[in-house]
Amino acid sequence: MSDTSTPRARSAVWLTLPSLLLFTVVLLTPLSLTLLLSFNEYDAARGATGGFTFSHYAAIVSDGYYLEIFLRTLRIGLITTFLCVLIGVPEAYILSRMAAPWRSVFLMIVLTPLLVSVVVRTFGWSMLLGIEGPVNMLFQALGIGKTRMLYTEGAVITALVHVMLPFMVIPVWTALQKLDPQVEQAALSFGASRLTAIVRVVLPQIMPGILSGGLIVFGLAASSFAIPGLLGGRRLKMVATTVYDQYLHELNWPMGAAIAVILLIANLIVMLTCHRVVERQYRRRLG
Amino acid sequence: MPFLELDALSKHYGPVKAVDDVSLSVEQGEFISLLGPSGCGKTTTLQMIAGFVDATAGRIRLQGRDITHAPANTRGLGIVFQSYALFPHMTVADNVAFGLEMQKVDRAERARRVEQALALVHLDAHAGRYPRELSGGQRQRVALARAIVIRPPLLLLDEPLSNLDAKLREAMQFELRTIQQQVGTTTIMVTHDQAEAFSVSDRVVVMQSGRITQIDTPYEVYEHPASEFISRFVGKTNLLPPATANGPQRHIRPEKLTLKPAGQGRSDATVVDRFFLGSQWLYHLESPLGPMVVVQVNDGSPAHAPGTVVALDWDDATLRTLPEGSR
Amino acid sequence: MPRNGSFAILFNTLVVMFMLAPLVIVCLVAFTPENTLSLPGWNWSLRWFRKVFEHPDFVTSFINSLWLATVSASIAVGLAVPASLAITRGNFPGRQALEGLFLSPLVIPHLVLGVALLQMFARIGATGSFVWLSLAHVVVITPYAMRLLIAAMTGYDRSVEHAALSLGASRLTVFRRITLPMILPGVSGGWLLCFINSFDEVTMSIFITAPSTITLPVKMYMYATESIDPMMAAVSALVVGLTAATALLLDRIYGLDRVLVGQR
Repeated sequence: MSDTSTPRARSAVWLTLPSLLLFTVVLLTPLSLTLLLSFNEYDAARGATGGFTFSHYAAIVSDGYYLEIFLRTLRIGLITTFLCVLIGVPEAYILSRMAAPWRSVFLMIVLTPLLVSVVVRTFGWSMLLGIEGPVNMLFQALGIGKTRMLYTEGAVITALVHVMLPFMVIPVWTALQKLDPQVEQAALSFGASRLTAIVRVVLPQIMPGILSGGLIVFGLAASSFAIPGLLGGRRLKMVATTVYDQYLHELNWPMGAAIAVILLIANLIVMLTCHRVVERQYRRRLG
Repeated sequence: MPFLELDALSKHYGPVKAVDDVSLSVEQGEFISLLGPSGCGKTTTLQMIAGFVDATAGRIRLQGRDITHAPANTRGLGIVFQSYALFPHMTVADNVAFGLEMQKVDRAERARRVEQALALVHLDAHAGRYPRELSGGQRQRVALARAIVIRPPLLLLDEPLSNLDAKLREAMQFELRTIQQQVGTTTIMVTHDQAEAFSVSDRVVVMQSGRITQIDTPYEVYEHPASEFISRFVGKTNLLPPATANGPQRHIRPEKLTLKPAGQGRSDATVVDRFFLGSQWLYHLESPLGPMVVVQVNDGSPAHAPGTVVALDWDDATLRTLPEGSR
Repeated sequence: MPRNGSFAILFNTLVVMFMLAPLVIVCLVAFTPENTLSLPGWNWSLRWFRKVFEHPDFVTSFINSLWLATVSASIAVGLAVPASLAITRGNFPGRQALEGLFLSPLVIPHLVLGVALLQMFARIGATGSFVWLSLAHVVVITPYAMRLLIAAMTGYDRSVEHAALSLGASRLTVFRRITLPMILPGVSGGWLLCFINSFDEVTMSIFITAPSTITLPVKMYMYATESIDPMMAAVSALVVGLTAATALLLDRIYGLDRVLVGQR
């Protein structure tokens, strides 16, 4: 209601200036430097030379080594997203139908691991999936026999699903919370089967939640570092671990920068799409 | 010199004239209501008096002092907000004491006046509670106590009763009036409810599209509305054909019409529908004069059934003609 | 009230087991008396916890992490409170662009930020500086505080501030006595959420910590890639314990569900 616009705008400057300064120095500047670096010529003997080149981007597109890493990252990201949808959506639905105390208890059990360091959780999985670990003991008991699971895509995906599942459950749960339970009951009252009611009435309404959850999961999974680093080993490289190697082992910073820039842009596209989905849904509900 | 004077007060938001050339003089101790439909500018007017909205043009003078552009926190007015706006993290007593604290009233005096104010609104027993532990009506009283404890020259009430249910609202209307008369504070209340405005105010200021269209006592506003819009806004009305060929439209309030046995009144009419309102019957009738609404006191005699033919009658003194050119 | 069928209950049980399994095994193995990663069986031992506290690298990195998380969470909240106020209250040009900028670290992979800062720190000689490391952490955690604060500030009735103003309070008094107490849950909840996120951050930190500023997650990551013994489990169990304690506090202060699920 208050409209004394000039002093307000002036105070807004003072209130945001410190943050703006920090974000310029510690966020925008380094990202710009990295973008510049990715166009820098590289010489194994002398490092970044300062000359301008597209060669790193060209190499990423043409070199089978990098292409394979990008394709593997894409594949692992997609499988993780698929599994998260497959597990997270029904779980959120089941949670939303629980009675009062259990609902929040189980919701917290599913979501709270989000707060535990990803290194700890990954280490937990490396023990679970180890050759002497509980999962292998279970396999032996079932007569499947010992299986080497560490340093496989399967191990990476398992841990990724574990870490990303909360990001899937949260938007679906939020969408379900906004749903009028009587609508589903109305569908049932018209003689729809439980499955029909879910597919025709519930699912379409929570679709934006599933979509935005899926995009978040894919974005985070495709740029994940600690999980493939600890469970993928030397051979199973993903984009993030490759960047790490380029910077800290190969010392080819311009190459690493080029991969990082691609990762950043891909991520921004995915996340902004997600933002759009949420925004549009929000606007439609308002209007 | 009037106690409070609004002089050609205007508030424009770009091309929109939220308040347009509003002038009003209020005497000390008066209870004034700003009445009008939503968007008529009554709340913006109140917020300009309070200092939350800056006037585009015009003057606000309180006790002769020009306060048009004075900051809100220097005006010293008591305000009761529609949402009550109680401080949720403070007890009832602390809420009421806040304004005194700001005035640097010493602790003992503060406690005494808080107690007094709470007693006035019958909440002395709830001083230690938090707002969320109170009912809607109790919160309303805390808001009132908080506003009057600072002994403001002017009390502003922004739709103070709109969040209460019907029964409580009626009770609070009387209490509000009683307290105002005890304290004697000049009061301006914003409301869209004509019954509320009528029951508590000395004068009613009717607003429409940012302008004042009538300033009168509640009785005059009801009996002699300045326009057809006001006539319909403050009650029901029946339109009668002009008495002469080029004469003005005539109006009559539903309770001024009487029903008589068929043939014994000025015009016969057929009962279309009837509604029982407890103390009254509301009839919809069809007559040669057009559709009519009639309110009759429920005096115990049997009501007229739909389809019955009755006669309409009225006293010519209760007929009203509206000023030429009014809508 | 709709009820879940037995299949749904089974499904939920499996998901819950899946979510808890890695945390549970870490906490169990931490108590093993053996020299290898194994479940403790009947003999529980604290020897690996003792080992952790005797290991100078872990102790140093733990202290570094605590200190870093405390400092950067405080700076982040200190910046986020005024910035959120301006964003929720003001109607100035570029308001949305600013909000987008301040929330952007949520959608930038920490790895990319890590290499970008590595390069910049190398150029300005900030490698190994605790101050610059804290500022980097502030940038990644500020959005978390910001989201909570913006929610707290938009969800409340401005007329309460008007009421205080009308009673004669100055703008500063209104902020100190009315606004701040009302957004306090958002402030303290935001601080704790920032603390947890800073304490957990590994991907960016791995590039910009030096041996003198190494944080616990980075140390653990390094340790786990080199050697595997139950000491790692003991450290992990301690981290789980600390996180659980913080989460409980967060739940009491702000409500864990509101922090995690958020409110749009």
